[in-house]
Amino acid sequence: MVGKLVLALLAVALTPLVGGLLAGVDRRLTAWLQSRYGPPVLQPFYDVLKLLGKTKMVVNPWQALSASVYLAAAVTSVFIFFMQGDLLLIFFVLTIGAVFLVVGALSAPSPYSQIGGQRELWQMLAYEPLLILVFVSMAMVTGSFRITAILEHPTPLLYDLPLMFIVLGYVLTIKLRKSPFDISASQHAHQEIVRGVLTEYSGPHLALLEIAHWFEVVLVLGICSLFFATSALGVVVLLAATYFLEILIDNVMARMTWRWMLRSVLTVGLVLSLVNILWLYVA
Amino acid sequence: MFTDLINKGRLKSPWIMHFDCGSCNGCDIEVLACLTPMYDIERFGIVNVGNPKHADVLLVTGTVNHRNKHVLKNLYDQMPDPKAVIAIGACGLSGGIFREAYNVVGGVDKVIPVDVYVPGCPARPEAIIDGVVKALEAVKVKLGLTA
Ligand code: SF4
Repeated sequence: MVGKLVLALLAVALTPLVGGLLAGVDRRLTAWLQSRYGPPVLQPFYDVLKLLGKTKMVVNPWQALSASVYLAAAVTSVFIFFMQGDLLLIFFVLTIGAVFLVVGALSAPSPYSQIGGQRELWQMLAYEPLLILVFVSMAMVTGSFRITAILEHPTPLLYDLPLMFIVLGYVLTIKLRKSPFDISASQHAHQEIVRGVLTEYSGPHLALLEIAHWFEVVLVLGICSLFFATSALGVVVLLAATYFLEILIDNVMARMTWRWMLRSVLTVGLVLSLVNILWLYVA
Repeated sequence: MFTDLINKGRLKSPWIMHFDCGSCNGCDIEVLACLTPMYDIERFGIVNVGNPKHADVLLVTGTVNHRNKHVLKNLYDQMPDPKAVIAIGACGLSGGIFREAYNVVGGVDKVIPVDVYVPGCPARPEAIIDGVVKALEAVKVKLGLTA
């Protein structure tokens, strides 16, 4: 138990570093795909440090609270993950964070931030059912929602749940704010309305949101890694391939509307989940 | 030590916002050209953010007149410190060819403090990139980091 606690605390301390580096590599790869040179790999750290050093300007106290709660929720969910706790608990904590992000955006009267907040809500509506289905299917295979039980499963989950991995890919794309689902806070389109949720945040609070985003990315990648938990090499290969695919899709796809997102995610995602879960029953 | 890190970040990640005070569009196109793969200013950590609350550097092109000077001032006030302003093109510096017009204030520095002037009609992308580098040096002086 103590060992686990130390591991989890260590993971929480290291996650911002890993998340920032991932974001840097992401920007480099994107630049490479667009035949540009791209910023240094450490660029996300420079950005966040600079933001931390700017003067605080808030529209209202809600914003400061929301940013902090969003970060706290992301940190807590990563902590629970590495404590090998309950997947459902992680899900609820994650949802609280996302809701507070929306609350912060909606608390400002600016139309940009209002639209951004509403779009973020649509995104949550799209990915939350899928995420819970992924967790349920994992529990169906291993008989428990606890990560400890999933890690003890003898064969990789990917063999039983190949379609669920694709469904998780949808969740990852939405969570990473990548095309075609970058409709509430795009990583690249800084000067468009799609930057909505983040419009009214500035300086240190924006930095908190960025760090929280790194935590969430690491968490979702962690959930991906559960699909091949039996071998370390498998995890690395699987994650690298998934992440590269995400960046590739981001660069070759256009942004879609939220209606298209709901329709495609809920039909394709639900059908894939249904087929996979039925197949589990039959096999 | 933490302040050192923050200062390093400030010099390495100048997010720009571009405000067009009603120009002939020449300077605007040159500013946007800096963002294309040809010049790729993201190499220097420069990101075009279109939102005063996220921006560190304000790029102003075009002629300031009595109507848009309020907008310009408002945008400037919304940017959190530390910040820098770059005036671009003959219009931004003095009013340019529109200087004599009755509605023209004449130069960005009549409304907000300007750190760097980039001349030209239009200013070349290379000159604009140089301007941002100069602005960073101005920030360095402000932070007391000059050697
Ligand atoms: S300086 Fe020349 S190119 Fe630039 S906005 Fe003025 S007239 Fe146009």
